[in-house]
Amino acid sequence: MSTTQKPVDNGVNVAALLDARKALTDAPAAAQFTWRAKCEWVRGTHSRSTVDGFFGLGDEQKHRSKFTFEADHPEVFASEDMGATPVEIVLVGLAGCLTGGIAAVAQNRGIQLHSVTATVEGGMDLQGILGIDSDVRNGFDGIKVTYDIKADATPEEIRAIVAQSQKRSAVFDVITNPTNVTVEVR
Amino acid sequence: MIGAGHSGLAMSHCLAARSIDHVILERGEVAHSWKHERWDSLRLLTPNWLSRLPGHRDDGDDPDGFRTMPETIEFLERYARSIAAPVHTHTTVTSVKPATGGYVVSTTQGEWRCRTVVLATGACNVPQLPPVAAALPPRVRSLSSQDYRNPGQLEHGGVLVVGASASGTQIAEEIHRSGRPVTLAVGEHIRAPRVYRGRDIQWWMDAAGVFDDRYDEIDDIGRARNVPSMQLAGSTDRRTVDLNRLTGLGVRLVGRIAGVTGVRAQCSGSLRNQCALSDLKMNRLLDRIDAWATDHGLDGTTPPPHRFEPTRVEDSPPLAIDFAAEHIHTVVWATGFRPDHSWLDAPVFDRKGRIRHDGGVVDAPGMYLLGLPFLRRRKSSLIDGAADDTRELSDHLIRYLDRSAVSVETT
Repeated sequence: MSTTQKPVDNGVNVAALLDARKALTDAPAAAQFTWRAKCEWVRGTHSRSTVDGFFGLGDEQKHRSKFTFEADHPEVFASEDMGATPVEIVLVGLAGCLTGGIAAVAQNRGIQLHSVTATVEGGMDLQGILGIDSDVRNGFDGIKVTYDIKADATPEEIRAIVAQSQKRSAVFDVITNPTNVTVEVR
Repeated sequence: MIGAGHSGLAMSHCLAARSIDHVILERGEVAHSWKHERWDSLRLLTPNWLSRLPGHRDDGDDPDGFRTMPETIEFLERYARSIAAPVHTHTTVTSVKPATGGYVVSTTQGEWRCRTVVLATGACNVPQLPPVAAALPPRVRSLSSQDYRNPGQLEHGGVLVVGASASGTQIAEEIHRSGRPVTLAVGEHIRAPRVYRGRDIQWWMDAAGVFDDRYDEIDDIGRARNVPSMQLAGSTDRRTVDLNRLTGLGVRLVGRIAGVTGVRAQCSGSLRNQCALSDLKMNRLLDRIDAWATDHGLDGTTPPPHRFEPTRVEDSPPLAIDFAAEHIHTVVWATGFRPDHSWLDAPVFDRKGRIRHDGGVVDAPGMYLLGLPFLRRRKSSLIDGAADDTRELSDHLIRYLDRSAVSVETT
């Protein structure tokens, strides 16, 4: 009797990622990337950002198509609600980064995923941005991500994938550690 | 051979057993680092029986105890005497350069020429401080775990200990108990219980072959060589000094120090995940131990498997430390060490300044390296790891001498 094991496929090309890791270890200059976004004010608090090209592997790179993001404030702030609030877009970035990481780590560990759902919540005290209380920060007072994952793995293995994904996540690092930000006017 | 610590002495034994003429050059005396670069209360992290040097079985009268520093120094001096190691003390190597047929070794006591050279100066020569260390406010005193001796040398008031591996957790415990409230900054760390199922954790790791995992058989050796030391302490009461013990004593945990501006340090928001990763890793080690125990029929005779309480992290750990407002006058950096091979004048370094080697066989003819983490096995950084590593590397060295002798004769 023989059983054929279905190959694990989360749609992540791990071999290519590992090759890239090897190549960039040998050529650290090619690992220097610059990510970019353009943002145009539309009206009121509504703005439209686009993401198109980036720099990496020693050259200019293009996305397959231009991606557009609408940002606005909700009607409770007397805005027209033409898009997600910028802070929600930050949550989207975190969830997207962690979830992509989960797929890659699972693939690398030979674990088939069936479904991955994240719920992300960021608490905020508006007394900060409204300037009511200078002791309250503008940003989130905490972010909570909750995953529901169905996979061919033990609960412990799933927790390990989620932990490893945080360890390797760019957005997790951006949010949990300070970054120098320079804003200039031309 | 450069360095008369346990690695160099073990290598000397292996070479003497094969009648290979050699000398050991030592900047100070035998066990110099143990004498001068460790804090007062430190004991070896490994039980006494787990220091099996080649040609020397000496557990003392307390095989399950942990040697103090004076006992460790005495132990190594006794070993050096028992193998009649040819140690040249107070001979500091100033440079090692390739030369025809071998190397020229310059020292403060003259020059040596040799066909092969063994670098056994250890892994813990220079404290590795993160760049933020330079940004501390001027009134805060900064010292490394190498400078630290005891709480008495510190000002009264709060202390920030950075790093939660073996050194950081022990130093944090000792300072906090001296009445100086400690904040511990926690990055990546490897949690481990001192005792599991009635045995020392390192007894299990030795028995189950965990220490014997080889550098050429594990997944990512580059990563394995950078893993911090296990969060273990040697003590008379065999206590586990993990983060739960420290928070129980009142130590405050914060995330990795991510930046310092003015009188404030910023702490990473990754503390919870660092602790989760560490708990998961510990449980994988315990799983491996349990599986081995079952396979070897120990389940009936040892206490049953169990798991430890997950690391407790408060709901919202502080994201900043205000040195002035919190009266923190001292920072102790327990952030690891790097080797010092600055005297080595040979093209053997990678872009990060580490020596290129394959399991201790350096990328230069007749040059060998000893005593670095995971050099050849997980136990390579332990005194107990020296026996296997030096046996194999001395074999390689002797083959090299034989081969190069033949090629000299035929030219």
